[in-house]
Amino acid sequence: MKKTKLLSFAALLILLIGILAACGSSNGEEQESNGSNETDQETDASQGSESESDEGSSEESASGSITISGSSAMQPLVAAAAEQFMSENPEADIQVNAGGSGTGLSEVSEGTVDIGNSDVFAEEKDGIPADELVDHKVAVVGMTAAVNPGVGIDDISKEDLKKVFTGEITNWSELGGEDVDITLVNRPDSSGTRATFVNFGLDGETPAEGVTEDSSNTVKQIVSETEGAIGYLAFSYFTDDSVTAMAIDGVEPTDENVQSGEFPIWAYQHSYTKGEAEGLAKTFLDYLMSDEVQTGLLPEQGYIASTKMQVERDAEGNQTDK
Amino acid sequence: MENKAALSAGERLIKSKQNRSLGELRGKILVTLCALIMITATVAVTIFLTVKGLQSFLVNHVSPIEFLTSTNWNPLADQPSYGALPFIFGSLAVTFLSALIAAPLGIGGAIFMTEIAPSWGRKVLQPVIELLVGIPSVVYGFIGLTVLVPFIREHGAGTGFSILAGTIVLSIMILPTITTIATDAMGALPSSLREGSLALGATRWQTIRKVLLPAALPSLLTAVVLGMARAFGEALAVQMVIGNVRNLPASLLDPSATLTTIITLNMGHTTYGSVENNTLWSMGLILLIISFIFILIVRYLSSRRKI
Repeated sequence: MKKTKLLSFAALLILLIGILAACGSSNGEEQESNGSNETDQETDASQGSESESDEGSSEESASGSITISGSSAMQPLVAAAAEQFMSENPEADIQVNAGGSGTGLSEVSEGTVDIGNSDVFAEEKDGIPADELVDHKVAVVGMTAAVNPGVGIDDISKEDLKKVFTGEITNWSELGGEDVDITLVNRPDSSGTRATFVNFGLDGETPAEGVTEDSSNTVKQIVSETEGAIGYLAFSYFTDDSVTAMAIDGVEPTDENVQSGEFPIWAYQHSYTKGEAEGLAKTFLDYLMSDEVQTGLLPEQGYIASTKMQVERDAEGNQTDK
Repeated sequence: MENKAALSAGERLIKSKQNRSLGELRGKILVTLCALIMITATVAVTIFLTVKGLQSFLVNHVSPIEFLTSTNWNPLADQPSYGALPFIFGSLAVTFLSALIAAPLGIGGAIFMTEIAPSWGRKVLQPVIELLVGIPSVVYGFIGLTVLVPFIREHGAGTGFSILAGTIVLSIMILPTITTIATDAMGALPSSLREGSLALGATRWQTIRKVLLPAALPSLLTAVVLGMARAFGEALAVQMVIGNVRNLPASLLDPSATLTTIITLNMGHTTYGSVENNTLWSMGLILLIISFIFILIVRYLSSRRKI
């Protein structure tokens, strides 16, 4: 009796170890072991990659698994794209984690993930070997000041915006609005949204102290509930009337104005790979840049297609016509 | 089976003895292994955190004195400064203030459950308290953000994001810890104490105040300190309502920040190995050291327990 029990236990243990080992095996092994299914794979892959230019290599590599981490601002987009991609390529397994731009950049340069997403250029972060990373500018996000609808204005000059955020102007009546005190809502020092807003909205001036919240959703809620509050949000958060998106120097915060380069506050959403992308990572990045995603999924999710940009910007923030 | 029957009585006895000692050994190994893993994990975390936490001082040459005493926190400026004092102060402030609110409530609840209405009081209060434990901290934060902050904004001054809001949220969160431990402490008092006091002619309230509370005091203090340790480590709920500014607060209605909220706010955005990231680890080390102090206090208090 005891022996059979022990034997079955041992069998179970071996089975478990086997399963674990199978799960933990690297991409390469998996690809090999999937060799028998190759014919299925190819038909699936070719269905999915009709719009792709590089069909030859993508057919081989629309299987296996990759992990992506980083920017929480990009996470919804990449996750949605990964889901679509996987439904078209059932052999592919793409894990998308958030965690922040810093995490994404660190992990991709250490090689723990295949793609690291970031709101900022790798050059802007300390301790990242930017020259080892390859930048894929997947999308563009426009940002603008978000104010409580009760402040009475929806257009602000850049000079006034700076004065508001540095604490020089403390009441909206000074700008022709209602007589309510200004409450600042900031993002944390190291946030990419904050960096973008400070660089291109405030020309690098440091914002005064104010309530600091980590998530854009919380910022939106606070601005919508607090009289006289001002914060900054990506365009995708202006979905209802609870907060007002400010025009800056008379330029409306629209996708078109960002694409033409007239609206100043925007940032690339970068996907970094360590060295040139290869295998499934390359196929997936090609998919992100395809028309299907750039003109379909991106605008749906509130991002701006990077392929449609008429201007480009380098890591130093210099903007040039494309 | 057949084999077994064929064995003689003496052999069977020896065999069962062998089995028993084998089982004894197996149990011992299993339990020791568990203990070893736990100890290793704790020691590993401590070593890791110490190494990581000291890096900002040893590698990046941030002055530890500036870190602990300066109120100027601006890691991204051209002349970066790393003063964590406002956050240490904020952490300690919300911890002590929330203990100040939660301790009387929790101990009062415990007295109610054990002395005033032991039968139905426990039946009503116990599930309520268990319910409070089960609510995740983000929900507390969300309720604080949508109910408490606007309430303080309308009835007090400022934006509503304040030490006060953080304190109220925390005191509700640590209430179950304090109440549960205090209830156990009061319930564990020998009934001879109550009977003796009542026999001497003391009223119920006199008995509670003069006899039972002093007798249970070390355990009650342990309950409060454990509650404070929980408050000290809480990040998410506080982060949502405290405002997270880096200035030293001047009043209860001023916004503030705690060590944990600064860590959670910045951890994801900074890159591993950078100075900003390392200073966050240093804050983690301070949290660890202070929670060690809390544990030392608890150990000291429980060693004083007489009954």
